[in-house]
Amino acid sequence: MKNFFRIFSLAILGILTQACNNSDNSQGKKSGALASNVAERVYVAPGEHDEFYAFLSGGYSGNLLVYGLPSGRMFKEIPVFSQFPTNGYGYSEETTPMLNTSHGFIPWGDAHHPDISQTNGETDGRWVFINENNTPRIARISLETFETEEIIEIPHSAGNHSSSFVTENTEYVVAGTRFSVPYPQKDMPIEEMKGNFKGPLTFIAVDDKGGMSIDFQLKMPGFNYDLSHPGRGDSHGWFFFTTYNTEEAHTMQEVNASQNDKDFIAAVNWKKIQEYVKNGGGKEIDAEYAHNVFDHKTHNATSTMKKKVLTVDPREVEGAVFFMPTPKSPHGCDVDPSGEYIIGNGKLSTDLTVHSFSKMIKAIENEDFEGEAYDIPILSFESTLGGTVKEGGLGPLHTEFDGKGNAYTTFFISSEVVKWKLGTWEVLDRQPAYYSVGHNMIPGGNSRKPDGKYMISMNKITKDRYLPTGPELEHSAQLYDISGDKMELLLDFPTHGEPHYAAAIRADKVKPNSRKIYRLDENEHKYAATSEDETKMVREGNEVHVYMTTVRSHFSPDNLEGIKVGDKVYFHVTNLEQDFDVPHGFAMIGANTSELLIMPGQTKTITWEPKREGIWPFYCTDFCSALHQEMQGYVRVSSKNAKVPLKWTLDGE
Amino acid sequence: MKNVIKSVVLFATLLILSSCGNSEKKDNIRLEDYNESSQQTEKQDTDKAPSSEKEETSTEDALSNKGIGPVKNLELPEGINSDMASSGADVFKKLCSACHKMDKKFVGPQLAGVTERRSPEWIMNMILNPTEMIKKDPIAKKLLIESNMAVMANQGLSEEETRSILEYFRQYDQEN
Repeated sequence: MKNFFRIFSLAILGILTQACNNSDNSQGKKSGALASNVAERVYVAPGEHDEFYAFLSGGYSGNLLVYGLPSGRMFKEIPVFSQFPTNGYGYSEETTPMLNTSHGFIPWGDAHHPDISQTNGETDGRWVFINENNTPRIARISLETFETEEIIEIPHSAGNHSSSFVTENTEYVVAGTRFSVPYPQKDMPIEEMKGNFKGPLTFIAVDDKGGMSIDFQLKMPGFNYDLSHPGRGDSHGWFFFTTYNTEEAHTMQEVNASQNDKDFIAAVNWKKIQEYVKNGGGKEIDAEYAHNVFDHKTHNATSTMKKKVLTVDPREVEGAVFFMPTPKSPHGCDVDPSGEYIIGNGKLSTDLTVHSFSKMIKAIENEDFEGEAYDIPILSFESTLGGTVKEGGLGPLHTEFDGKGNAYTTFFISSEVVKWKLGTWEVLDRQPAYYSVGHNMIPGGNSRKPDGKYMISMNKITKDRYLPTGPELEHSAQLYDISGDKMELLLDFPTHGEPHYAAAIRADKVKPNSRKIYRLDENEHKYAATSEDETKMVREGNEVHVYMTTVRSHFSPDNLEGIKVGDKVYFHVTNLEQDFDVPHGFAMIGANTSELLIMPGQTKTITWEPKREGIWPFYCTDFCSALHQEMQGYVRVSSKNAKVPLKWTLDGE
Repeated sequence: MKNVIKSVVLFATLLILSSCGNSEKKDNIRLEDYNESSQQTEKQDTDKAPSSEKEETSTEDALSNKGIGPVKNLELPEGINSDMASSGADVFKKLCSACHKMDKKFVGPQLAGVTERRSPEWIMNMILNPTEMIKKDPIAKKLLIESNMAVMANQGLSEEETRSILEYFRQYDQEN
């Protein structure tokens, strides 16, 4: 009996100890002082908020992902260039125009380089821009609604890769061409590429409300314009683009585009060209491109097809464009916070080439040219060279800055991040990345004022970093603490799609502006029912429009009759809630489309073409309340020739 | 020795129990709170004649309950401000009528006579601060049960809009 009692007490003690540990995880696993210290630095306690918002490109998912740093927690996937059945983006009547292009509706895109809008060279938290590489487009995402508000197609371009970077007052967002093409497009033999293809660089003006319009397109030689960054500080007014394939090879580029020892960084004085264009310079040519805008008042997107674009021949604007020779097919083109140094990350090299802006200006004044490419002056290599980072690693790709005089470069082949000093070019530290790092990102690391506390690396290969999930793995990112002399790896976290780049900002610049609801009294949707007595059904031939409302926990109407086989039914659903985080869903059995997820005060529409007679249910897909399971309704579908009148009721009324 | 071990074990158990207790949140909603109040309601119902709305407390008690929220004390004038009442009717139609009708119980309780059953402060606090009200206020908690756990939604109204709805209710009750 005594033994029994003792065992019983021990058992209880065990249970209690376990129960306690659950609520006290921070002190749970201690595998040494260092490990616990690292854990604390990325630990954001339940209910507390991260210090930074990070926006990671979703790569071939076409979307933008919102993360918190330092926790590495994902908060949201924002659909941009791809259909998103989760909330109906690209399926609902209101949002399908967002994915319209000159090629028609395209359900997918390849998102690449997010960049946050800037004011005076600092990230300002208004918008994120992101480029689509495959069918060239630039999107603007609002950081008030965290929704895609605008997409503009880039005509005459292909492989829209050296985008979507913004100038220091968001005067322009740029879009460069990575696959040179005939300009404008025409039928011609591929082997006649050399000299006949072009690589247009497009400058898109951004107005005070974010509205984008193409100001001009710079008709550059047919090289591959790979990446770019704006000048800042003294170099504000310039934009820098790396090029490769200056060989202009059209086949087996893997070998043929790597013949020249040096390609170029193109320095573009956009202020000069802006002036030139303002004074009537440039030539308007035919083009066809879609401009899609979402309006939060009508809750509708419109797509407008544009027919003209202004093209500028760089040779006609004196002193506007120069080439700086840069070794080994440079990839990343990064500008330090002062604007003095332009880093060419020669991806087939071990070294980094750093150009000096002030030297470049002197070389231009002194006409220190070593030749011309298609009549564009090539500055002599020595004249602009600010320094070389020697033996940094293998295959440098991208560089970011901490605002304390240091730069951080990723090396793809040797799979590491390397810290070096601006000015002395000495390597200070190196840390492995797991594995094959592409981009890295420091919050504000592409601005005048970086927050040099954390850096993330976005790695192309995942292998064994997580529990295996079959042959296909999500890419991996790593968080480093860069506040000390040495970088410290703190955390691994999985990403979605392939994050080509990211941009991050202090949470306090964004958080207070985040929208909670859409106001019902501002809802100008043509088919909105903003109260239950506005609900109705209207027949126009074989189209039936249902003006429906949702509120916890019913649809109005919830019994619909008079629909016939062969009808096309438009469900226009308005969410009458006005409280934060109370969306309702709408799903219709057999509808050949997605669900709708409707935010408070919003109206969204999907269509349904019933094929069989019967009584067909619909329901709310988002667990909204204790009575969510009751949130459902029925549609009666009669035969084609039936005489059943339209009838819509809720609770018999 | 056995006793020593036993008392050590017990002592440790107590320690752990007490440390666990500290982490418990005070403002958690407990289902039994709701069950108690609903049971009480049922008991009283069997005693009383059925009324249009089940009252746990007397009307006088209910009228002295000001609820929980931003409206602490409200002096009402004698007459009705009809402009205010009509703008209140408009807001009510747009943001409340999906769940509330004046003349019948719908999702929420019937609203005719509400100004005779509840204090003006309670009415406004229920509109302005429903989430806290249905957790803490005894009348609101009871009404939640009666409404099948359909929560009162926060429709994000301003105090001014809420006051106008109250005026609409006063007008309705005077005229009917």
